[in-house]
Amino acid sequence: MERVECDVLVIGAGGAGLRAAISAAEAGAQVALVSKSLLGKAHTVMAEGGIAAALGNMDERDNWKVHFRDTIRGGKGLCNWEMAKLHAEQSPGRVRELERWGAVFDRTPDGRINQRNFGGHRYPRLAHVGDRTGLEIIRTLQDHVIHIDEVAVHMETTVTRLLKSGNRVTGALAYRRTDGELMLFAAGAVILATGGIGKAYRVTSNSWEYTGDGHALAYLAGGDLVDMEFVQFHPTGMVWPPSVKGTLVTEGVRGEGGILLNSEGERFMFNYIPEAFAAETAKDEAEAEAWLRGEEGAMRPPELLTRDVVARAIMDEVKAGRGSPQGGAFLDIANRRDADYIRRKLPSMYHQFKELAGLDITEESMQVGPTTHYMMGGVRVDPASGASSVAGLYAAGEAAAGMHGANRLGGNSLSDLLVFGNLSGQAAATFAASSDRLPPAGDEVEAASAAALAPFEAGDENPYHLHQELQEIMEAHVGIVREGGKLEAGIARLEALQVRLSRLHASGPRAYNPGWHLCLDLHNMLLASLAVARAGLERTESRGAHTRLDFPDYDDELGRVNLVVRKAADGMVVVRAPLAEMPKELAEFVAREAV
Amino acid sequence: MKLRVQRGSGDDLALEEFEVALEPGMVVLDALHRIQASDAPDLAVRWNCKAGKCGSCSAEVNGQPKLTCMTRLSDYPDDEPLLVQPMKAFPLVRDLVCDVSWNYEVNKRIQPYQHPDIDDPRMAQEDVDRVQEFRKCIECFLCQDTCHVLREHDLQPEFAGPRFLIRLASLEMHPLDEGDRLAATRDDFAIGYCNITKCCTEVCPEHIEITDNGIIPLKERVVDEYYDPLRWLWRNTVGKVFEV
Repeated sequence: MERVECDVLVIGAGGAGLRAAISAAEAGAQVALVSKSLLGKAHTVMAEGGIAAALGNMDERDNWKVHFRDTIRGGKGLCNWEMAKLHAEQSPGRVRELERWGAVFDRTPDGRINQRNFGGHRYPRLAHVGDRTGLEIIRTLQDHVIHIDEVAVHMETTVTRLLKSGNRVTGALAYRRTDGELMLFAAGAVILATGGIGKAYRVTSNSWEYTGDGHALAYLAGGDLVDMEFVQFHPTGMVWPPSVKGTLVTEGVRGEGGILLNSEGERFMFNYIPEAFAAETAKDEAEAEAWLRGEEGAMRPPELLTRDVVARAIMDEVKAGRGSPQGGAFLDIANRRDADYIRRKLPSMYHQFKELAGLDITEESMQVGPTTHYMMGGVRVDPASGASSVAGLYAAGEAAAGMHGANRLGGNSLSDLLVFGNLSGQAAATFAASSDRLPPAGDEVEAASAAALAPFEAGDENPYHLHQELQEIMEAHVGIVREGGKLEAGIARLEALQVRLSRLHASGPRAYNPGWHLCLDLHNMLLASLAVARAGLERTESRGAHTRLDFPDYDDELGRVNLVVRKAADGMVVVRAPLAEMPKELAEFVAREAV
Repeated sequence: MKLRVQRGSGDDLALEEFEVALEPGMVVLDALHRIQASDAPDLAVRWNCKAGKCGSCSAEVNGQPKLTCMTRLSDYPDDEPLLVQPMKAFPLVRDLVCDVSWNYEVNKRIQPYQHPDIDDPRMAQEDVDRVQEFRKCIECFLCQDTCHVLREHDLQPEFAGPRFLIRLASLEMHPLDEGDRLAATRDDFAIGYCNITKCCTEVCPEHIEITDNGIIPLKERVVDEYYDPLRWLWRNTVGKVFEV
């Protein structure tokens, strides 16, 4: 078995993993960067609308404190305030750094980085490149990292298990896709930057890689997961044709002035403005139009409320019989901006609809509906270092949790990746340099190797079919609206699936065998799915992205705790952990009606 | 609809035929996924985003280089089998997956962006439009696949190929960049091999005007730099004196 020695092993090469690798190397570590796909293809590449940072280029009233306030309010009070603060303070620096590394953002008339409006952000705050911001960011990081000698990139390599020596994580077992050979990584510290869990759902904007790997790896190594009940359903996914149902339609469409209409032609979002956001939202269409023209004092249109609110509103409209013919809402930009502007600011949306749905968005309305998009929940980490509850194990980006609470604001993910990728890379390098190197325990390596190859032994379960069953369970039981009885039934069905995992079968050779890969991914997806369902059952209230039909309101007591999921002697448990208390001055600023 | 998919590795290659039920809007990648789920679970396919944004699922459909996630089955006659094969210009791994790693090696040899030492960098939008066009590249490598210098004459890695000429152009035309890659463009990346047949532009799923906006202006810069007699004279006489 090939053995790779490194100071820091970074698992995942999206924005968080790349940024972590860069800062770990700068701190003097030899880094192994493991990527499930080819370099530059990770999920970050799909981010469209922009990266949130209070640069203040479009409105000089913007600053980190307003960004912090927006984040906490968007997270419905459950964010880790220290992470939200670090994020708001450091994201402008991370964006400027990208520019120093060659990123080319759209410009303002005076030549600075342009910023656009987005849901839940008080001021235009998203630095962007048309609607392909993620591509710009991942390419910039990729082109930077390949010139750093201390970073060795292992493309198309998948980690299947973390390995420990005593209580410390000291390595990982992986397989290489191209030849199916197993690899042993021995490391001083490990950073999980594996992204989300979206492939557990059928209607999703996520790619095949998003199988909850980091969530499961951390859980099995004894780490805490937190906020697992909060899965973000993006309000605007394509609804037709069937083959692309769920594909993302950027929030940038609404940021550029797009509006949502029901089948009666009504701009229905005005009927769904939550009380807490009323002071910062336009009262009527006239005010929303004034805002679009940039008039001072006019508040934002309700289409730019937070994603949880907009997604639920679209669902309610469809349920009430006011949906579009293809079962969504109409999203209109054609009547709002001229065709040239649309093609310039939203080029990939233009092509996506033209080529996949045969629709010209400069002439017709799109039809859109909610799609699984982002995992707020993940590895519970120390805010400033990304350290998990297990020694030697760190997490950053979507695989980590705390920053976004019950709902993430659009644009806060790309900045999260860079801010916490950077911090965790430094911390992991420091940890690796200051602790003795221990080899992963031999029996752990053996057990992990056997588990990785088990699907080639006898078995009769088709992994693709089991995956479809899992997705159906998650859609039906643990979807955008939930209910106690349904969650319980869903958990029972997930447990029944879990029993069948040991019978998953892979046929064919080990070289580039997607059936085999899916067998292994399914273990992770099921663990993550169970954590979502169990935490969802425990949170008997509706807050942010978690909606309980049987508990439609906030519960003040639950509003003061995060739910922690961990592995106990007798299986998965969910426990309550009180929120860290925010300093009074910040709490008062957040509580103000409007800023 | 019938699909004829190339399977195997090394010398052991065969076309295998599969029948797939059609649904509205289906793309070639959907059909391959259905084949995996029902008939061939080990069918090797590389893909990620399924939205034309990552450039992973490149293959040849009826001999044409395509992103399989953006190629609709309804664009082809359903009464004859659709031929799906891996990209021809790269070594095969297995089934539809090829080894594209040499591309990453070429990129490593390109001098990265050189930022000037200034506090408040400003760039006008009209000055970055062209660079942004090149930066739309999703590295699907379809242009590399179709380029006859690579496909028929196997001149990699000597010739960098359209993808990396575009990368060079994006750096050379960046308003703030302080690097100089013109000598390398000529010598290390062999831009001279390109005889501007525009095959690359035709297959680009991002509709980048690779030849007209990228390669031709880059060729002109190289020519201006190295074949302009006045400049040559300056560089080798007076210019040298000022090089300290």
